[in-house]
Amino acid sequence: MGMTMTQKILAAHAGLDHVEAGQLIEADLDLVLGNDITSPVAIHEMDKMTVKTVFDKDKIALVMDHFIPNKDIKSAEHCKCVREFACRHDITNYFDVGEMGIEHALLPEKGLTVAGDVIIGADSHTCTYGALGAFSTGVGSTDMAAGMATGKAWFKVPSAIKFNIVGKPKKWVSGKDVILHIIGMIGVDGALYKSMEFVGEGIKNLSMDDRFTIANMAIEAGGKNGIFPVDELTEAYMKEHSRRPYKVYEADEDAVYDAEYTIDLGALEPTIAFPHLPENTKTISEITEDVVVDQSVIGSCTNGRIDDLRTAAAILKGRKVRKGVRCIVIPATQAVYLQAMEEGLLKIFIEAGAVVSTPTCGPCLGGYMGILAAGERCISTTNRNFVGRMGHVDSEVYLASPAVAAASAVTGKISAPEELGL
Amino acid sequence: MQAKGRVFKYGDNVDTDVIIPARYLNSSDPAELATHCMEDIDKDFVHKVHKGDIIVADKNFGCGSSREHAPIAIKAAGVSCVIAETFARIFYRNAINIGLPIIECAEASRGIDGGDELDAAFHSGMIYNRTKGTEFKGQAFPEFMQKIIQAGGLVNYINSQN
Repeated sequence: MGMTMTQKILAAHAGLDHVEAGQLIEADLDLVLGNDITSPVAIHEMDKMTVKTVFDKDKIALVMDHFIPNKDIKSAEHCKCVREFACRHDITNYFDVGEMGIEHALLPEKGLTVAGDVIIGADSHTCTYGALGAFSTGVGSTDMAAGMATGKAWFKVPSAIKFNIVGKPKKWVSGKDVILHIIGMIGVDGALYKSMEFVGEGIKNLSMDDRFTIANMAIEAGGKNGIFPVDELTEAYMKEHSRRPYKVYEADEDAVYDAEYTIDLGALEPTIAFPHLPENTKTISEITEDVVVDQSVIGSCTNGRIDDLRTAAAILKGRKVRKGVRCIVIPATQAVYLQAMEEGLLKIFIEAGAVVSTPTCGPCLGGYMGILAAGERCISTTNRNFVGRMGHVDSEVYLASPAVAAASAVTGKISAPEELGL
Repeated sequence: MQAKGRVFKYGDNVDTDVIIPARYLNSSDPAELATHCMEDIDKDFVHKVHKGDIIVADKNFGCGSSREHAPIAIKAAGVSCVIAETFARIFYRNAINIGLPIIECAEASRGIDGGDELDAAFHSGMIYNRTKGTEFKGQAFPEFMQKIIQAGGLVNYINSQN
């Protein structure tokens, strides 16, 4: 029986010629990631271990991004704990204020993740690096601790769902619409324990930033990982950002999939996930009543990259955020921030009446920088719209692309860019 | 390991944001996290829960974030076992790694109501509903996971290997 892309990567890292779905393996890790919320718990667990040193100081990434710059004293204590740990173990890839960005945008940009890697991260959106043809998955803090100490992690080899991507997306349809459409189709546990493998000729019509967005939200369908094949665009991205060697794995022709779907990019419309699950999707044309919004958030590990900001700026240019709407734009990394500045995007945002923040996960998880009051609604390019996700339990989050979030900021209700004549 | 307690029953897709909202993640102290356990789905939970009580839910329990604070909060609140039709995979891993007993059993989640009194044997996966006089057999763990559980979590397991 042939293997999927994911299975091949896992087999190679377990020193095995062949693995099958359901098999328990121990795999070597290329990178172990943690952030300011999950790392303190991992450090505490590592303190209980007999192994007192990290397996490889170059293969651990600690990114302070969730409540950073410190939102309160407790957050400051957490970061201090991680900072001291990084210093004690001479961790090469420790990113603090000034260097940090939102982890899943930052690591590929820094060249720390490449095709063929096995990566675990104590953050559920670690699945993002599948866009580069890596196996990457979210774990908890104890797994992170074990990974930092041993350089290994146990996995149950996943089966896979194949998504055959065809066609070319229409204007204003992006990676976010693709993944929201898929989650709406298969549900929030539609890929539970499984790989989501994206293949097909349509992939060439998706930018790297689109692919990062799609892989990023595999977890919102319950997936263990999302993964793309490596093409010229991927190779160009890796060569630009990384000096690490990469390895390309392709699925065998006789690989077995639990299910196969065809996604025609040309048939997709801007798609919005209504409260309180990412699977509650509607296309923009299915929304028949006005959904008035109080806030629009453009950013996060899902949609805070330069493509996303360019799209939002194209819509906000020469327009004004509607009175009564708070529009919060958060470049995902310092490099994205700088690029946006050089391209004049920040000026467009500020002139439109949006605020531009330093990189942070803040509002996405209801941490800070845009918390909602009871009864308030936010259109957001983030990844979750659970009850209370962005603030009060009686607030609402609607997930959408940067194009829809920007257009909605202007109209004050959930809108497609076409409503602005674009 | 034997669990004995009263049931708190929830539905599908109980996510980690309602188990422990992110506004409390500036703490990693189990006792403090426990005081906010289930706050955004059941405000009364922390006032009603007694040591040994059992959470029973439908499918995809613990979906969302990787925060280990979620199983930590549940364990520190005194819950002896979580039974669900299915668990989200990171929560499943985290529960095993920190030594919070969980059992996957679709029939049990359908045949148990809030307030029922249960006996659950974690190793065998057997669940007895004392209130209704019914019995269920949950999914047994693979041997490798049993070893982690028997060691009392992943850290102890790794220590015992070295």
